[in-house]
Amino acid sequence: MKVSYYPGCSLHGMGKEYDESMKAVSQALNIELKEIDDWSCCGASAAHNTNFELSVALPARNLIAAEKDAMDVMVPCAACFNRFKTAEHNLKSNKDLKARIEGVLGAKYQGGISIRNPIDVIYNEIGLEALAAKVVKPMTGLKPVSYYGCLLLRPPEVCQFENYENPFMLDKIMSAIGADVKNWSYKTDCCGGSLSVSKTPIVTQLCDKLMKAAREADANCVAVACPMCMANLEMRPSRNMKMPVFYFTELISLAMGLPGSKDTFKSHLIDPQPLLNQLRLI
Amino acid sequence: METFLDEVNKRINGVPLQACYHCRKCTAGCPGAPYMEYNPNKVIKMIQNGQKDKVLSSSTIWLCMSCETCITRCPNNVDIARMMDVLRQMAIEEGVAAKEANVLKFHEAFLSSIKFGGRVHEMLMTVHYKLKSGDLFGDVDIAPSLFLKGKLSFLPPRTKDLKSVKSIFEKTQN
Repeated sequence: MKVSYYPGCSLHGMGKEYDESMKAVSQALNIELKEIDDWSCCGASAAHNTNFELSVALPARNLIAAEKDAMDVMVPCAACFNRFKTAEHNLKSNKDLKARIEGVLGAKYQGGISIRNPIDVIYNEIGLEALAAKVVKPMTGLKPVSYYGCLLLRPPEVCQFENYENPFMLDKIMSAIGADVKNWSYKTDCCGGSLSVSKTPIVTQLCDKLMKAAREADANCVAVACPMCMANLEMRPSRNMKMPVFYFTELISLAMGLPGSKDTFKSHLIDPQPLLNQLRLI
Repeated sequence: METFLDEVNKRINGVPLQACYHCRKCTAGCPGAPYMEYNPNKVIKMIQNGQKDKVLSSSTIWLCMSCETCITRCPNNVDIARMMDVLRQMAIEEGVAAKEANVLKFHEAFLSSIKFGGRVHEMLMTVHYKLKSGDLFGDVDIAPSLFLKGKLSFLPPRTKDLKSVKSIFEKTQN
């Protein structure tokens, strides 16, 4: 399949491991990515916290650019995904707003393409069997908890994510690559998101709670699908609470034995290489 | 005359806040509630009581992390997350000082970065935030390793058609 691709700012900065592993995995699973021409920032929390129309117009600029290629757009960053879906929801449900935003952008929004996240694409378009068939190195001994966070799931009416209070797609993807995925009750709890820099002590408390719960579930790592969750879980827990965190695509890449799959581990803030070495996965 | 409640309801443009029957499900699931001046459901009551100044100057609206758990669980579909957006936007428009000033300063630095390059440059944005907030020493211990690991680049990313991004900011200005 072929999709438009919106990396967003994080995947070209702090979240570069997600971009690199996403591209490698997509290629290996025959998902052809066409980056949206001259994309711009989605506005993230900063826009919707401060100015409603700005928060719709910024993602709409990218949606309209993607519409030129007439393919569904895959958005790996959960925060960008949420802003895209929210903009789509507002544009489709409010005609006056749509007219105003089109006036701001000087272009028409058609609304004909779907906004997808990679968990959904891999689970529903590629399928677990096809994924498992490409595994050359099962992730034996790796015990991740799947952490979905907030922005892929909520609000459910907007995000349309399968089983939003107890999601399972990422868990099943982890099982398909041979990991011993652990069940826990914190799959959808918040890490503190955009308060990371401005209210760090609060975010530390939220991340400590997540890490404590992951340990109680007997996990030895966390699998995420959001660069904000990744940054918070790596940087914000108290020193003695930390454990390795992976983008789920990095683990798929490693399990498929893709070239360069070990490179992204080097830029993690919590080095996952000792764990992977110990398990003889690298 | 339009009351505070009317004004908020109009801007939420969905289920009116009067549909809330204070089951407190929003507050029970809110990760920010333990840190907030007023719980989310209390804010709804305060809006109904017309306590505009108290609400707009409270810490609550700035400590909401927009995790959207409240709207997900509300049995009456009251969009509390959207309400928090509306209250923050009203506070800004009416010049009410943000009780959690650094939260707003971070958003402002983030938006400046978009205006500057079309895409966010994490390093410049962080420096800008630090200058605005005076929080010069937060995360200085992490910064060197971010550089060494190639996570922070010196070169700001750019959207080529920057004019189109700047025009969005100009045309959506209140």
